[in-house]
Amino acid sequence: MAFLSDEIRARIQAYIPRYPNKQAVTLPALHIVHDELRCVPNEAIREIADLLDLAPSEVRDTMTFYQFFRESDNKLGKTRLWVCRTLACNLRGADDLLEHCSHKLGVPVGGTTTDGKITLEFAECIGACEGAPAVLVNDEHVMNVTNDKMDELIEKLRSA
Amino acid sequence: MAYEPILLARVNKPDSTRLEGYRIDGGYASFERALAELKPEEVTTRVKDSGLRGRGGAGFPTGLKWTFLPKDHPGPIYLCINADESEPCTYNNRILMEKDPHQVLEGIMLACYAIKSRCAYFYIRYEYGTAYRTLQSAIDELYQAGLLGKNILGSGFDLDIFLHRGAGAYICGEETGLIESLEGKRAWPRIKPPFPAIEGAFRKPTIVNNVETMACVTQIMRRGNDWFKSMGVPPDPKNPRDAGSYGPKLYTIAGHVNTPKCVELPMGVTIRELVEKHGGGVWKGLKAKAVNPGGISMGFVDCNLKLKDSDQTEYDIPLDFNGPGRVGCLGLGTAAVTVIDEQTSMVDVLHNVCQFFAHESCGQCTPCREGTGWMLKMTDRLRRGQGRKEDLDILVDVSDRIGIIPGTTICGLSDGAGWPVKTAIRKFRKEFEDAIQSGRKSVVKSLKLLGAH
Repeated sequence: MAFLSDEIRARIQAYIPRYPNKQAVTLPALHIVHDELRCVPNEAIREIADLLDLAPSEVRDTMTFYQFFRESDNKLGKTRLWVCRTLACNLRGADDLLEHCSHKLGVPVGGTTTDGKITLEFAECIGACEGAPAVLVNDEHVMNVTNDKMDELIEKLRSA
Repeated sequence: MAYEPILLARVNKPDSTRLEGYRIDGGYASFERALAELKPEEVTTRVKDSGLRGRGGAGFPTGLKWTFLPKDHPGPIYLCINADESEPCTYNNRILMEKDPHQVLEGIMLACYAIKSRCAYFYIRYEYGTAYRTLQSAIDELYQAGLLGKNILGSGFDLDIFLHRGAGAYICGEETGLIESLEGKRAWPRIKPPFPAIEGAFRKPTIVNNVETMACVTQIMRRGNDWFKSMGVPPDPKNPRDAGSYGPKLYTIAGHVNTPKCVELPMGVTIRELVEKHGGGVWKGLKAKAVNPGGISMGFVDCNLKLKDSDQTEYDIPLDFNGPGRVGCLGLGTAAVTVIDEQTSMVDVLHNVCQFFAHESCGQCTPCREGTGWMLKMTDRLRRGQGRKEDLDILVDVSDRIGIIPGTTICGLSDGAGWPVKTAIRKFRKEFEDAIQSGRKSVVKSLKLLGAH
């Protein structure tokens, strides 16, 4: 019995005709699995490799390069909250905001709340500099984030 | 007279992302005309003659790049769109993609027609989720309208555009790093030559172009070269290799200004005008001390440093392709202007910059991997009040030795890592020396960092 669901496998396979070779589907496949499972377990790496005619080590090599995909011992929470720390945000209070989040959530940067709701991350420039300090909620920007606005956001994510 | 935006003309319209509204505003008429009336080579010639230079950072002439493709190649030829926009303080492409995706897509379609490509890969950074979904809807509309797919409008021209999401790595903005990443490998830049036009994605001839460049192609094909050349800065007659800085440019303003925003202006606006007039001036009634003229890789401008034989300072330089280079910066880059006020420590700013590059070096070339790491360690020492007198010379030495320009690395990431270091220390040396002498500490957050990112 396959580890990945038929639905996930079908979504991965749907990408294959877009590219002249199957290896190009590596990133889309990793994203599909990672979004669904909140990590990419070993079994998933093996099955992605199988679907794409690759060695599991090739998939792992690509996956680990990006430092974006979590392994199963370090699973993401329901929401991944990224606080930008690069210059435009740094100049407008990003360090304080990141520290505030860490205290508020009770987790170190990179950690996940015990209820599994929120994973806190720092990000390098997320391209929302007109609204610095800015954060990403999964892949959507929230701009001009004060500590109060962050508290509201965290409450919303906790009750979601 | 105030400049009337063209590239940003539609961004505040209701439903600016929809095909219907874009067509009402004359959208895709240029593409239809090109298919019906122009040969691909004529489109290339038009873009080449417009003087358009790539908006992604390097400023290479766009049409000229297209002519580097092998003649009469049996194909496939690929177009890759670089929407990895990750240069710190840069967000102009995001606005175009989120607010007027069809303007960008029409440019891609015209470019593909010109270079005889039937397949474009639009590589977009993961962090731009809204832009990704907006573009996907726009592309879906185009397939439904028969403007993408097989035999478009009965012309015999086929074209597919596929979005491809990145995974949070700055190096994917380097064109061959992008190609490797697209191919499903680690994004390690390739040694050039061969350049992508000869051997690129999937080892086939490939053109890599920026998002704003594509929007410019749309407007050039709609409005003509006279329009494009009516603004900007003509080539420097004393420099036979200068291709000029024509056309409009999206400048992004960030950092210590009252109103950070993206503005469209003819190329060549000065930093002072951009900050004071368009950015609402420096915040809190303060003065600007330093500015990054085009993303942090370009280095620093000292706003108080007098230009030779002039009353003006580096704050007055024009933001065209040549301006920043005249004051020791790497170039115009992405034209992302970050302002640093007079109360901010350059030690802290430089530490933040070094932190970025140490995190984003891809690790392939030793001088970059180790150099960016050591520069971060040294600037961290400086801000903790433990700097040594010799540190400044060592930092400049390291920054001078990493990169394509000194010839020690495969790509330009570490030129960009070195430039802010050398310009900050050369231009603000006294501030760094004072920090070392006084042992002054910055407020240092000692946040515990867990996990991968």
